[in-house]
Amino acid sequence: MTQKGLTLGVLVVLVAFPLAAKHWDQLFYVSFASRVLIYALTASSLNLILGYGGMVSFGHAAFLGTGAYTVAILMTEGVTSAWASWPLAVLISALFALAIGAVSLRTRGVYFIMITLAFAQMTYYLFISMRAYGGEDGLNLAQRSGFGFGLDLTSDLTFYYMVLAIVASSLYLMRRLLQARFGQVIQAIRQNETRMEAIGFPTYRYKLICFTIAGGAAGLSGALLANQSGFVSPNLLQWTQSGTLMVMVILGGVGYLWGGALGALVLLLLEEVLSGYTIHWQLGLGCVLLVVVLFARQGIAGMLAALVGERSFERG
Amino acid sequence: MAEPLLRVERLHKHFGGVLATNSVDLSLAPGEIHALIGPNGAGKTTLIHQLSGALKPDAGSIFFDGRDVTRLSLHERVQLGMARSYQITSIFRGANVLHNFALAVLARRGSSVRFWQPLTHERSLFEEARTLAAEVGLSGREQVIAGTLAHGEQRQLEVGLTLATGARLLLLDEPLAGLGPEESRRVVALIAAFKGARTVLLVEHDMDAVFRLADAVSVLDSGRVIASGTPQSIRDNVEVKRAYLGEDLPA
Repeated sequence: MTQKGLTLGVLVVLVAFPLAAKHWDQLFYVSFASRVLIYALTASSLNLILGYGGMVSFGHAAFLGTGAYTVAILMTEGVTSAWASWPLAVLISALFALAIGAVSLRTRGVYFIMITLAFAQMTYYLFISMRAYGGEDGLNLAQRSGFGFGLDLTSDLTFYYMVLAIVASSLYLMRRLLQARFGQVIQAIRQNETRMEAIGFPTYRYKLICFTIAGGAAGLSGALLANQSGFVSPNLLQWTQSGTLMVMVILGGVGYLWGGALGALVLLLLEEVLSGYTIHWQLGLGCVLLVVVLFARQGIAGMLAALVGERSFERG
Repeated sequence: MAEPLLRVERLHKHFGGVLATNSVDLSLAPGEIHALIGPNGAGKTTLIHQLSGALKPDAGSIFFDGRDVTRLSLHERVQLGMARSYQITSIFRGANVLHNFALAVLARRGSSVRFWQPLTHERSLFEEARTLAAEVGLSGREQVIAGTLAHGEQRQLEVGLTLATGARLLLLDEPLAGLGPEESRRVVALIAAFKGARTVLLVEHDMDAVFRLADAVSVLDSGRVIASGTPQSIRDNVEVKRAYLGEDLPA
């Protein structure tokens, strides 16, 4: 199967899914699927820097949360249009990532992990201290963002298709980016940064741009997530959330185009199914993660790549 | 004599109590191959690090083509036209030979902040990469993953990537390290081929190669240049013999 065929198949399933859910009167699953799609975007944006760029950021939740809070705060202040708040969520998260990246990317290895974590925790406490916007308790959204053009996002079905369109086009853009000059440079830097500099690339600049793009994309997913759940809280930015995103990427496949999406799907499915039996569902997740790390280092995408033949799931 | 392409003035670098570079002066005329020899630990690689911009000197100046580059970063110096190779092979092991060269060509073509057009569609890039591969004797090996090349071929690629930057000044750090006689001969031929066209600072232990290639030789010992001159004058220098060359000196 070619990559095109596979992508098309997945798209058909995703488009047909809500119709089937509606037919069998299981609309709950449409809302769940929206959540999976949104997290697919968040995890993919982390995969862009972690998997392709080799930048192991432990603070990615900061950008997810910033995007979500941007929409929620604007809503509280009376700005309900998606045309205003969603692009602003992207812009603010991207600028925030630019600032954090500018400092963090001067460090390497474990220091980079720690400094991104530190920045994310600072942001977490910043939102906790914002009493006017809910503080620790978080903030309810009065409604979903308005879109116009006769599209009513309060309908879970319409919202799902909106999310699908945005996430699918974002992933397509990410694929273009990865195969274009920029993505090839980023991946070469992951392979051998010293040599990239020795042949004349200002590697810091490229990494910073990549980090900023990933932050913006995470912010977009945050804007969608705020709308999906109708609620934002500082928990969105906590370090455990950054950890969950990392687990998604590792589970799905570090440096595989589908890695983020597959990881988000499997993790949220596990949560959904296992939390029905026990509140300790993370124990089950832990076991799955162990198996993947020990026996399938390439993650689910890597396993599928081995099954269907390299070309369909090829790295970058 | 023409204006030197590279001029080093009173360069100093110490690590703790060790003076790794001690008031080094060096001058390379355009087109010359200048060999830098000296016993292990003499500070040859440390000097290359400073010349290339990987390491900041404590004092002293480096002029390239009349311009002070002492404070410039590694990639800025490459863009001006001075590039280095590594003693320990540093290539893109996961990519094939052609892709390795394509990246080096890409670095010369201005900004790569481009997000849309797939790199593989950029024909001229890969054509130039193919020419470069042929130039360093890797014709027919373009599709081989670099990490799986024979050791000698990896060294050819290592020097090739430095060459591919288009730099006028090449800082080659032991290009013959770990090579057998046949492989060695091939890399020596490669360096001899761009004699005159490029200026080379050659750090090398292989004395046969040094005396075959070099127009000038400087001897480094304990961070200090103890002698500098034509290969013949270095051969005859008593101090050099004592410090380094010993009985190995070819007659």
